[in-house]
Amino acid sequence: MTSTASIEKSVHSSKWQGSLNLVNVSRARNLAWLHVAEARIRNMLKWWTSIAAFSLGNPVLYLFSVGIGIGALVDKNGGSAQLGGVSYLTFLAPALLASAAIQSFQEEMSFPIMEGFEWDKSFFAMNSTPIQGVDIVNGLLASSTVKTVVTVGIYESVLLGFGAINVGVALPMFLSALLSGVAFGSVMMAITSFIKQDDGFFAIVGRFIIAPMIMFSGTYYPLESMPFYLQWAGWISPLWHATDLGRVISYGSPQQSWVVISHWVYLSIWIVVGLGLGYRQVSKRLAA
Amino acid sequence: MIFARGLTKVYGDFIAVDGIDFEVRKGEAFGLLGPNGAGKSTTMKMIASVSKRTGGDLTILGLDPNKRGPEIRAHLGVVPQQDNLDRELKVHENLFVYGRFFGLSRKFLKNKVEELLEFAQLTEKRNNKAEELSGGMKRRLTIARGLVNEPEILMLDEPTTGLDPQARHILWDRLFRLKEQGVTLVITTHYMDEAEQLCDRLIVMDKGKIMAEGSPADLIKRYASKEVLEVRFGSSRNIEIAEQIAHLGHRTEVLPDRILIYSDNGDADLQEILKLGLEPVTSLVRRSSLEDVFLRLTGRTLVE
Repeated sequence: MTSTASIEKSVHSSKWQGSLNLVNVSRARNLAWLHVAEARIRNMLKWWTSIAAFSLGNPVLYLFSVGIGIGALVDKNGGSAQLGGVSYLTFLAPALLASAAIQSFQEEMSFPIMEGFEWDKSFFAMNSTPIQGVDIVNGLLASSTVKTVVTVGIYESVLLGFGAINVGVALPMFLSALLSGVAFGSVMMAITSFIKQDDGFFAIVGRFIIAPMIMFSGTYYPLESMPFYLQWAGWISPLWHATDLGRVISYGSPQQSWVVISHWVYLSIWIVVGLGLGYRQVSKRLAA
Repeated sequence: MIFARGLTKVYGDFIAVDGIDFEVRKGEAFGLLGPNGAGKSTTMKMIASVSKRTGGDLTILGLDPNKRGPEIRAHLGVVPQQDNLDRELKVHENLFVYGRFFGLSRKFLKNKVEELLEFAQLTEKRNNKAEELSGGMKRRLTIARGLVNEPEILMLDEPTTGLDPQARHILWDRLFRLKEQGVTLVITTHYMDEAEQLCDRLIVMDKGKIMAEGSPADLIKRYASKEVLEVRFGSSRNIEIAEQIAHLGHRTEVLPDRILIYSDNGDADLQEILKLGLEPVTSLVRRSSLEDVFLRLTGRTLVE
């Protein structure tokens, strides 16, 4: 038992300066969101192998099966005419990229928030320091963006490798996919911040929101080929807006300029509404 | 350091804290005692500048926590009742990351983390995930984490619940040293011996109000007698006998299993009882403690 001796040592060796001398409050406040992001990224790094494997494996499998497999069938049967004259793979790529971004944000804005509020209450620990609810939201958004930049970056590299997109449009496509991720993530964050117990909520989101969204957003075929009374599903879906935008960017898919603008506006509205609601609810829940 | 006047917190129709007044001076160890639901934790949350008061005045370090919460929190060390460590992160990372929340530099934290690991006796566990620690270790880590910014005010919500006696005594020693360095301590506890050991001054709360305020010795003097004589006659006879000895001491209290006589001289009273020809099964004379004060002020009814 050396414990007592070591305590003695640590007490006497330490020079207590006091927080009034030690803590630079404005620095802590200005960088608060960054410190939250730093903590989250440290958490993510515990899982980096599975994140990397998933973000590389997923597009490879997808491109072989759907892109190349179904693509061969579509292209052989003259489908390309209805796809704006491009191969099925090129048609599909913007949708895959955007859905990868959305799914990346969905992961980050679900369980990590439950963990913060309920499971290990780490948000309350953060909130006992100069950090506030708004900083937690911004930090989550920043760390999720970093993760998505990496995973979507990997995804896009695979798409480039398969010749599904051109190098020239890689950056703007990347940004529009990222935008859809941020839009979806902001709203998802706001919703999760109301959830007190899992109760299968996230499974429901996965099965009844994400999966149908991918099916009904003009991902695998143009939205216009769906009956008109089902097309609203695409109009409300951030994925469709991002996909359509991506297609305009990628291969100049013909689209009216007001529609292109409305994509940006629509996705931006999701961000504003999501963040506004999220800031409020996260702050409220921390103060309860 | 802390100044409260008419401090009130209302949740809907429920008044959790009902207009309390208190003051905590620099370098003082201040205790909040009270049964569950007395409003201690709510008061702690308001002092911790996370929960906003709904009435009255509160200033901490001269600042209003409703307006300048983050600025106040920069100078607080908070040890919550329930450990809220980051389970996935390693022990040393928990300290480091928390230090970063205060904007402390990596260089400063490198040394500070080592120092705190030693303090918490977790140097050997530094690379374990927080979730792999035992309950006592987690508690120590949470307490160490609360010291990372060298706080002006250290707030401890039931700090030693779940610690073994050795760890408790080491913590008391460390808290005492912090106090000597001028750190102000605000402590809630259920252990009366802890309050007697640590607190210069304390308030006893019940149902959102302050029942009493003073130093432990003061309160014992005011609300309890010098000594307590405990006699047992068997549960069936206690009530009947209590009537016969009601004249002894300042006050008697009949419990199902024993009779308590609050008195200045327990031995003399015991002699009186024997003279009456009554023979208790067991008897005990002891010094009054804060626990007697606590039970007198807040009652013996179990609070769920």
